[in-house]
Amino acid sequence: MTAAVIATQGLVKRYGQVRAVDGIDLDVRAGDVYGFLGANGSGKTTTVRMLLGLVLPTSGEVQLLGERMPKAARRVLPRVGALIESPAAYGHLSGRANLTLLDAAGPGGSRRTRRPRVDEVLEQVGLAGVGRRPVKAYSLGMRQRLGLAGALLRRPELLVLDEPTNGLDPQGIHEVRDLLLELHRAGTTVFLSSHLLAEVEQLCSRVGVLDRGRLVLQDDLATLTAPTGATVVETPDPQRVRAALDGRVLSTDGVRAIVRGADPAEVNAALVAAGVPVTGLALQRPSLEEVVLAAAGGSADRVDGTEGRTRR
Amino acid sequence: MIAVELSKMFRRPRTWVTIGLLNGLPVLVAVLLALTDLAPRPGEGPPFLSAVLTNGTLYPLAALAIVLPLFLPIAVALIAGDAVAGEAQAGTLRYLLARPAGRTRLLVAKLVSVFAFVLVTVLVVAAVGYLVGQVFFEVQPLGGTALSGTSLTPAQIAGRTVLSIGYVTVSMLGVAAFALFFSTLTDSPLAAMIGALAVLIASSLLFTLDAASSIAPYLPTRYWLAFVDFFRDPILWRDIVRGLALQAVYVAVLLGAAWANFATKDITS
Ligand SMILES: Nc1ncnc2c1ncn2[C@@H]1O[C@H](COP(=O)(O)OP(=O)(O)O)[C@@H](O)[C@H]1O
Ligand SMILES: [Mg+2]
Repeated sequence: MTAAVIATQGLVKRYGQVRAVDGIDLDVRAGDVYGFLGANGSGKTTTVRMLLGLVLPTSGEVQLLGERMPKAARRVLPRVGALIESPAAYGHLSGRANLTLLDAAGPGGSRRTRRPRVDEVLEQVGLAGVGRRPVKAYSLGMRQRLGLAGALLRRPELLVLDEPTNGLDPQGIHEVRDLLLELHRAGTTVFLSSHLLAEVEQLCSRVGVLDRGRLVLQDDLATLTAPTGATVVETPDPQRVRAALDGRVLSTDGVRAIVRGADPAEVNAALVAAGVPVTGLALQRPSLEEVVLAAAGGSADRVDGTEGRTRR
Repeated sequence: MIAVELSKMFRRPRTWVTIGLLNGLPVLVAVLLALTDLAPRPGEGPPFLSAVLTNGTLYPLAALAIVLPLFLPIAVALIAGDAVAGEAQAGTLRYLLARPAGRTRLLVAKLVSVFAFVLVTVLVVAAVGYLVGQVFFEVQPLGGTALSGTSLTPAQIAGRTVLSIGYVTVSMLGVAAFALFFSTLTDSPLAAMIGALAVLIASSLLFTLDAASSIAPYLPTRYWLAFVDFFRDPILWRDIVRGLALQAVYVAVLLGAAWANFATKDITS
């Protein structure tokens, strides 16, 4: 059992009548790359702000690195790097000056090591060459990189990143992904909120799905996309599969048949014996998208005005 | 944290542009006076201005009196109103607090840097006034005219000028406290500044109204001009003391309110 890095119990945030976050129990463990997935307006940013002590919960508790927030903020937050919603910096100062000021503004960043640390993170995010240019002359992508540099400045144990690839071009997204994976290999726990399924699927080992303020799903990606117990048979003639394996065929389409049974070799042997041509065999796995749609659809009984997805 | 805020304040070009512009009016007035020799009659126009033609050492006071009604409060409200709301608008507030700077610490650091701005601004106005006075007007080596008609020695004038600078600074701390309080309420620095100025304008207006005479002693602008009383012989302490006490109460109450609000506020900017 690994230690909980982020744990919340019954976390609720109400803004007037709106329940932006509605009783969620997050469980992020050391070494996770946790994908916090949800549509726009589902409450991701509000949750991140509560984790960091910026927004105070209406009810519920937050523990970060084993300590109660926001009470332990001064001890805990220096060990956490964060990107919240969008990057922000003083436009008239250079990126380097911004990082230096940010580092000096709180505990846990030694003055002696500040210069080398700033140099190192600028290098890491690919901004080493911008020199003294003021931030107001940066592109959105450069600002995003600077924000990431700020989050990495104290080599945090935990990174809390709210939509970190917003505003980046495909090349930049790729670089950020590589950087995060590299940090993860070096032992950093990453909590990443996103509305992009593909991003989470490529990057994360654990997934939490937020739907209009509720955590409808939280599990390892491998478990969520575990084999369903059926085998996908690719064949030019699915109807012959149905004939050969009577009663075991769950569905067919033009080039495929889904057959009950989690042993492709056994399925193959049966089909070959019956003389059915087989061009491909694989265990059936649900895609993350299917899992998420099913889970998010399940809570469509809520009627709070936001565009809701209804179960078909 | 305080050092960080001070460096942010005084490394920012806008701070010095504000101070520079603020000094434009007293310099312009000095040039016009020197060119025309037409001083306002005693009791008319800003205090001290009638006396500067014959004694340039009074010009720092005249300069302060010129900017006191409008320019100085605007400058102070601009900078103090920006203190927290400016960070909120730029989005940097959430990063400072997640750093974590600590809400109380950040507010104290903002307070110190705003107070430093007030002090520096008042000192610069006085210093520029001094230079301008030396350049454009006759500097009488002995004696000047005090408002009550008695003469003061140059040493007395210097000492009382310092006291006046201190008094004006304290008056402006009241303005700063209003603007800083509003700055914790809103995410718009403009709204915070306008809020503080609205208070001052309302106060000045009520002060002229007989119907408001019962609340007049508690208006924030009521004793602003009391520094003139330093130049009576002997010094007329009554209004000065009341002014200082009134500003102290405003500053304490408003800063308390600012802290109470900011320490528990949801940072959604
Ligand atoms: N300051 C606020 N005041 C009122 N409602 C808010 C505020 N911030 C967020 N909300 C509401 O809370 C919900 C969740 O918002 P948010 O956490 O920003 O979602 P996400 O980051 O997933 O897009 C939305 O319905 C939004 O309108
Ligand atoms: Mg968001």
